[in-house]
Formats: sequence, structure tokens, C-alpha cells
Amino acid sequence: MDDKPHWLDQPRNVKRLWRGFLLVLALTVLAEWFVPLHPHFKIESIFGFNAWFGFGVCAAMIVGAKALALLLKRRDSYYGKHDE
Amino acid sequence: MIHPGLVLILGALVLPWLRGGLRSIVVVTLPLVVLALVWRVPDGPAWQTQFLDYTITPLQGDKLSRLFATIFALMAAGGGLFAMGQKSRIEVPAAFVYAGSAIGVVLAGDLVTLFVCWELMAVGSTLVLWSNGQNDSYRAARRYLMIHLLGGVVLFAGITGHIVQTGDVAFTRMVLDSPAHWLILIGFLVNAGAPPLSAWLPDAYPEASWSGTVFLSAFTTKTAVYALIRGFPGTELLIWVGLFMVFYGIVYALLENDMRRILAYSIVNQVGFMVAGIGIGTEMALNGAAAHAFAHIIYKALLLMSAGSVLLMTKRRKCSELGGLFHTMPLTMVCGTIGALAISAFPLTSGFISKSMISQAATDSHLLTVWLLLAAASAGVFLHAGIKFPWFVFFQKDSGLRPAEPPASMRWAMLVFAFLCIALGVWPEPLYALLPYAVKYQPYTATHVLAQLQLLLFSGLAFFVMLPFLKRTLTITLDADWLWRKLLPALVVQVNQPFSKARAAIWRSAQRLGSELLATVVRHHGEDGRFARTWSTRSMALWVLLLLLGYLLLYYV
Repeated sequence: MDDKPHWLDQPRNVKRLWRGFLLVLALTVLAEWFVPLHPHFKIESIFGFNAWFGFGVCAAMIVGAKALALLLKRRDSYYGKHDE
Repeated sequence: MIHPGLVLILGALVLPWLRGGLRSIVVVTLPLVVLALVWRVPDGPAWQTQFLDYTITPLQGDKLSRLFATIFALMAAGGGLFAMGQKSRIEVPAAFVYAGSAIGVVLAGDLVTLFVCWELMAVGSTLVLWSNGQNDSYRAARRYLMIHLLGGVVLFAGITGHIVQTGDVAFTRMVLDSPAHWLILIGFLVNAGAPPLSAWLPDAYPEASWSGTVFLSAFTTKTAVYALIRGFPGTELLIWVGLFMVFYGIVYALLENDMRRILAYSIVNQVGFMVAGIGIGTEMALNGAAAHAFAHIIYKALLLMSAGSVLLMTKRRKCSELGGLFHTMPLTMVCGTIGALAISAFPLTSGFISKSMISQAATDSHLLTVWLLLAAASAGVFLHAGIKFPWFVFFQKDSGLRPAEPPASMRWAMLVFAFLCIALGVWPEPLYALLPYAVKYQPYTATHVLAQLQLLLFSGLAFFVMLPFLKRTLTITLDADWLWRKLLPALVVQVNQPFSKARAAIWRSAQRLGSELLATVVRHHGEDGRFARTWSTRSMALWVLLLLLGYLLLYYV
């Protein structure tokens, strides 16, 4: 096994990936000016609908899941220890 | 005409006696032979016989049946290849019985054959779980069997009622107009992983071996999807059942730490999309549900293969103990990521060309709420499976684990399935041609692609922004299985307590009475007892004398 760190292990490259990701995000929204969308429902014609809807519902689902966890979370030995 | 399912089941019975190279060849070629046979099944009844006044049709083909039988045979071949190195000699034969009976279900023309194959599937899948050989799997298999036998009883009651009412055993479209049809629907839904009993699935599947879960993920829920498409298309209730399953899967998977349990929850989530599509019930929606079942079997198997490889090579299953595996398992990571992109319905993967049909059907039927919920759920799929699984297993923190790639057979199985995920996404026409209705749908329009990319990428942004909330902890989340793992056993103890006290009291007094009785008997009849004593000759002579005297006296009186 070589001891050379993988390129993904370097924080510099992770930062680059983040920048690239944000750039792609911006492009997908800006592309709406160039790609003719055919909204079927009225709500779809709001600018960047899928972007903010996707972000919003995911944030809501994470918060919802955490709220449910307050009630239903148990230690993983709750039903007895795993025999592995 | 030969029944393809029967060939697979009979082949499975021979398999345990084969060894070495011959066994490996049979494991992969037998399902492919079955696949060829599936394609020879003609439209309409192929086997028909009279049984107790009913016309039984054990073999009947049409496009829908052949589509499901095709993917089941492919899955048996791919799973067999993946499981080549499996030490258990029972698992693959059991999986083939399971796959063969699943093919039997989808090629059955009547409800009697369907029911028999349905129950045989429960037996085969239980054996797959059982063959893992650990206490946990044994207990999980018992719980799994209990739920499926319950579902089977409900289905049987429904089928019996249907036959009594209509006098017909043919499996055709039904409407919810009688208790019998409700029972049939409930029986189907239990196997689909629908609420309230969804918990059987994430409880059982992750307890199978590294290869067993791959088989388990494919057949039970998808035969249920098939049965719903044929039996209850357009039943509005199914839209809401499906949407519930979709969000249930997402929320529970978000909270889960066990990598294969995450994927098990996402089976419920994906089947939810199909069930919702069946509820919408238009030709587009039913095509979408069928296509999604086909695509799902492939990418879910791929995801579970990559998880199985990780499990086999690291002996670890919790996300909190994994991470950084991309260093030494790049191929497993790439294949797992392709599966993750496919389940998230990224453009150019199989999930995109199938799931978008269901959304399109909701649009065409002007169901705004359903469409919005499906879109939200699509974003959620990327969140709970598409990023979460590869991120926590292969990236996140470096766990320091440096496992090697899995053996060649497993790598090949993953490569083939990864290829299929992308091939179907790039070239959907062959799959569209297999669908039950003619497809008038173009998945790759600029609108579809752009909307989907926005939805998914911003869902990815939400994942990384909220990563601290998603940090894995050593916890599980309570589910309906709590009822039969905690509540019912506790109730049994509670109910038993007064009875067992009473029983103990009765038993104690009975014992006391018995021992007193015994003591009395011993006192009178025992060795030194009055009645068992050996009397001396003198006293006997005295007694005889007295008796004779008494006799004389009485004689003269």
C-alpha cells in the first residue's frame, strides 16, 4: 500500500470540489434563462422552482426526521446486543 | 411448453449436490436458460387444467408477466454470480426456489397458483435468511416468517371469498367492492412493505448474509407490485399508501446507522413510488410503475452488492464505524455510487427514465398535490440513499480501514449491474418496448433534465449544509416491529403472570395433598404398616380361636 495521500485527502482539493459544485448549482438555475421550460402547474413557473423546492423540502425532511428521533430514538442495543 | 419457474425450482433442488466448477456454471447458466424459457411463454394460457370445478392456469403469458419474469431471471443470474463465493450451501438454492416461485407468481393465470407460489416464496426467502447461520438471522427469520404467514392467511381468506362469490379463479382486475377484495389487497400490500407493517422489511433483510440481502431485495416486494398492477390498477387509496411509504422510507433511512438497513428503508421508499403510480392508474403511470420495478431491482441489487462487499471485507455494518473506503475499494465505491445515482434518478441512469414516467402521469392527470409530493420525495431519495449511503460508507471521516476489493466474481456482478444501470438510462427504448402499454414518452427533454438536475443538486446542497444534523449515532429508530418484539412479549408475560401464580398455587396444594395421601398409605400399608405387617403364628392362632368361638356362640344362640 502506498503512503502517498489520495488527492481527495487534501483539503485544498476538497475546497476546489466545493467551488465546482457551487458553480454547477448556479449554472443549473441560470440555465432557466436559456432553456424553454414548459410548466404544467402554475407553481412550476416561479423562477428556480425545482432548486429552492428541492433544498427546502430536504431541509424540512431532515428537521422532521430529527423531531421524530426525539420520540423514537433508542440505543442500538435496545433489542439486545448484535452477535457479530 | 416448459414452465420457467419450475425449471429454476427443480434446478435449485439439484444444486446442493453439485461442487466446484460445475456448480459455478450451473448457478449462472440455469437462470439464463430460465430467461430464454420466459421468452418462449406465449400470450394467453399455456397450461390449463381442471381442478375441483375450477379452471387452473399455472402458466400464462402477457407483456406484464414477461417483463417481471425477465427481471427476476436476470436477478437470479446476477445474484448467483455475486454469491459464487458464499460458503453456505443452502443460500443460493434457497434463493433460486425463491426466484422460481416469484416467476411462478407472475406467470400464474389464476389465484390458486398465485397463492401457492406466493407461499413458496415465503419459504424460500426465510431459508435465505436462515442460511446466514447466526442467532440474529434465525430470530429475524422467525419474525419475517410470522408476518408473511399472517399476510398469507389474509390473502387466502380473500381469495377463498372471491372464489365463493364469483365462482371464478382467474386473476383479473378487481375493485374494492367486497370484504374479500379488501383482504386480497391487504395480503398484497403486506408483501409490498406497506404501512402499518412496513417494519418487517428493514427488520429482516439486513440480517441476511452479505449475498443473501441482494436476493431478498428483489422478489417479494416486486411480485407484490406486479400483483397490484394486475389486480388493483387505479385504486386511489394506493396513491396515498404509496406516498406514505415514500416518506416513511426517507425519514427512517435518514436516522439509520446500519448501511444495509438504510438501503432496506429505501426499498420501501422506492416501492412507494411504484404503488403511488399504480394508484394513479393511467397507462403512463402503470408503465412507469412496471419500468421502475425493473430498474429498481437492478440498482438496488447493485447498491446491496457494494454494501455486501464492504460487509464481507470489513466485517462492519455501521456507518459510524466505516468511512474512507475509497482508498482501497475504488471499484466497489464507483459501482455503489452508480447505483446511488440510479436510485436518485439522475439523468443518464435507469432511475431517471422510469421514475419520471410516474411524475409525468401525475402531471397528465393534473394531480398537483401528488406531483409536488413525488417531487419532494425524489429530492429525498438523493438525500437518504443517493448521497448518504456512498458518503458515510466510502468517504466522510477516514476510519483507517484499508480492506481489499472483493473477489472477482463479486466485482464482475457489480460491473454487469452497473453497466445495466447506465445502459438503460442512456438507451431506454428496449425497456420501453417491454412495458405493458405502448410508450409515448420522451424522458430526455431539456425541461425534464434541467428540472431534475436542479432538484437533485440542491437536495445535495441541503445534505452537505445540514451534515452536522446527519452525524451518525449508535441508535436505532423504533418502528412497528416494536409491537411484536417488545409489547406483545411483555403482554404475554403480564397475562401469564396471574395464571402462572394460580397454577403454581394449585400445583403446590395438589402436591401437598398427594404427599399426605401417600404418607397415609405408607403408614397403613408400608413395610411397618398395620395391614402389611407379617403377623406371628401365635396371634394368628389366637384370632382363629376367637373366630371359631364366636361362630360356636352364634350357632347356639
